[in-house]
Amino acid sequence: MAARKPAGKPNISGDDLRKYYREMLLIRRFEEKAGQLYGMGLIGGFCHLYIGQEAVVVGLAAASKDGDKQITSYRDHGHMLATGMDPKGVMAELTGREGGYSKGKGGSMHMFSREKHFYGGHGIVGAQVPLGAGLAFADKYKGNDSVTFTYFGDGAANQGQVYEAYNMAQLWNLPVVFVIENNQYAMGTSTKRSSKSPNLWERGAAYGIKGEMVDGMDVLAVKAAGEKAVAACRAGDGPYILEMMTYRYRGHSMSDPAKYRTREEVQKMREERDPIDRVRELLTTGGHASDDDLKAIDKEIKAIVNEAAEFSKDSPEPDVSELWTDVYT
Amino acid sequence: MYIREGGYAMATEILMPALSPTMEEGTLAKWLVKEGDTVSAGDILAEIETDKATMEFEAVDEGTVGKLLVAEGTEGVKVNTPIAVLLEEGESADDIGKAAKKAQPEAASADAGAEAAPEPQANGASEATAPAVAAIRAAEPPKPDWPEGTPMKSMTVREALREAMAEEMRADDTVFLMGEEVGEYQGAYKISQGLLDEFGARRVVDTPITEAGFTGIGVGAAWGGLRPIVEFMTFNFSMQAIDHLINSAAKTLYMSGGQMPCPIVFRGPNGAAARVAAQHSQCYAAWYSHIPGLKVVMPYSAADAKGLLKSAIRDPNPVVFLENEILYGRSFDVPQLEDFTVPIGKARIARTGTDVTLVSFGIGMTYALEAAEKLAENGIEAEVIDLRTIRPMDTETILNSVRKTNRLVTIEEGFPQSSVGNFITSVVMEQAFDYLDAPVINLCGKDVPMPYAANLEKLALVTTAEVIEAVKKVTYR
Repeated sequence: MAARKPAGKPNISGDDLRKYYREMLLIRRFEEKAGQLYGMGLIGGFCHLYIGQEAVVVGLAAASKDGDKQITSYRDHGHMLATGMDPKGVMAELTGREGGYSKGKGGSMHMFSREKHFYGGHGIVGAQVPLGAGLAFADKYKGNDSVTFTYFGDGAANQGQVYEAYNMAQLWNLPVVFVIENNQYAMGTSTKRSSKSPNLWERGAAYGIKGEMVDGMDVLAVKAAGEKAVAACRAGDGPYILEMMTYRYRGHSMSDPAKYRTREEVQKMREERDPIDRVRELLTTGGHASDDDLKAIDKEIKAIVNEAAEFSKDSPEPDVSELWTDVYT
Repeated sequence: MYIREGGYAMATEILMPALSPTMEEGTLAKWLVKEGDTVSAGDILAEIETDKATMEFEAVDEGTVGKLLVAEGTEGVKVNTPIAVLLEEGESADDIGKAAKKAQPEAASADAGAEAAPEPQANGASEATAPAVAAIRAAEPPKPDWPEGTPMKSMTVREALREAMAEEMRADDTVFLMGEEVGEYQGAYKISQGLLDEFGARRVVDTPITEAGFTGIGVGAAWGGLRPIVEFMTFNFSMQAIDHLINSAAKTLYMSGGQMPCPIVFRGPNGAAARVAAQHSQCYAAWYSHIPGLKVVMPYSAADAKGLLKSAIRDPNPVVFLENEILYGRSFDVPQLEDFTVPIGKARIARTGTDVTLVSFGIGMTYALEAAEKLAENGIEAEVIDLRTIRPMDTETILNSVRKTNRLVTIEEGFPQSSVGNFITSVVMEQAFDYLDAPVINLCGKDVPMPYAANLEKLALVTTAEVIEAVKKVTYR
């Protein structure tokens, strides 16, 4: 875990801080609600919650512009909300309903929005890395200045195809930011037990790819690093690697008892490093938001999440005819 | 061994070399020595043009070039044909005759081992060229894929594939080719020869040897709005990337509720070539045809290769396009039309008949057509269906034929268990059971990894003799 930098006085407006706070809180509350719905049997199968990692996607969304693409693994709810996808459509996909982004046919791990440039939602660990490089290849081929954020975890960072993608991305100067979300556990295997070299971002040096380690619990640090990476890519100097040191509070999936780490470790992280608390503190100490302002945001977020949950329960299951559609186009 | 010793103190014949696993003949492009020249081992004697490349041919012995037997520029020089005579010290040109007469073909000893094979062909995979082409021309396809009177041009499958790619790349800037050695090397099998010159490195992209990586990049590029053609040097190497074909390319349209089409072609040689052993000799038709979301095409003729590849490139779905190295060099008539395409999912009746239905695809058509010709000599008229597309399969054409002939034999090179023939059989049993007068026979490659030894390889492949035997069985003759 990267050492926490002293808070100092960030060069950031109150509006921006409120925006990040709101976006991170939306993800947190959405995921908590998803966990509840899972417990009620309304969400099935695998469900991987993003709680604790919110600063990564919100910070990078703040560093991107319209047209930039995102692709990630199966822990994808936060990424979708950060791109501005509708919480109703995401939640209804979790419940497998017609109103979901994939009409209920993809589920928690497989959602997409071409409109928001979100390309999934992939269930095979590491596969999204060359796929993301391919999205960047298309942008470079077409001659636009879009950048693709390709997210993967510390577990995927050991997959061979990640390095095949690194090599070609650097060989062809693809505008792709490889974002390693190092939450320190690949399911139940800590990075210490799986990776000989602890600094995953440094592996890009073998291909001449620039990169850095970032405090992924600090949305402002994430944004600053993201801006640097994006600028390099837009200048034709991609790719770029950002290793986000982060932490997931929940298990790998809903069915994970998380016996591979202590309660104390999780508790310590929540108390000392929480990305949302951190921004709340900046908002209050900086005089950007009163307690009432924060309460109003909480209330608004709660309403959005409740609405999404209601929608996801009310939306009907897909018509049985949908079994046979979308196999070919 | 390209050098044949005529005997003690006699001239040595230099034979036309086989410079690739599938080479049967080549062009003697250029002599770099002349009669009377002294050469030592390692000196370049000639340039020989194969179907894949122009290669330099070296001397392995020292001596004097006594006679050049084949003039430069000669095309179609068969492998093992004497092309020059090398004289050792003290020999004269008078010894040349003795050498030529005494020499026996090198291949003779290799062939001896194959005599146990039930099929007397020298090479079941590659010697049926002439009869197969003849059969195609003799057949009367009820519905050709082009208008009557269309001018035809003979071209190889290789040229047809290249034309298809070039035409589609000219028509659509989003079409590009990527793969190992597709650019500067001009294609490992020369399919992409000349494309780099015409389209440049932006659109003809040489990749490192990283199938999983570049296939994933191809699929991502398709989602990003391009139409990639991903070449596998052989489909055996697609095993490194099969996750991206199936989990990424084939399933995402469905998983996205229809939002994410993936217009991509995966193409390259598939199936057994010749003498390249188990890891390079496997047919993936049945494998990929198992997957909803993929289309699987496997052409036999040059016209189909061209027309189907153009359709595959335009198709909004991922298409697995299975070629065959042995077929690359075979010539067929191709219609000279401005924009000739063949629809995916339509079988072709290559030969009409009434007594038995033979269904095959790809190189299997060679055996099916050759068997049909031989059966006709014995009064059995076989209807031969070239499936062309394995998925979606044109089962209607098969069923209609079986309802007429009441007998069915399928022919393919893949392994027997869960074969394409097995699937066809299940369809016929479910939908035309009452029409069958005999159990269906599925002819496949043998249920063993491909052996290297020439005699065993012949035994492992399906043969024309096996087709004839199977037809006699289902017709009770």
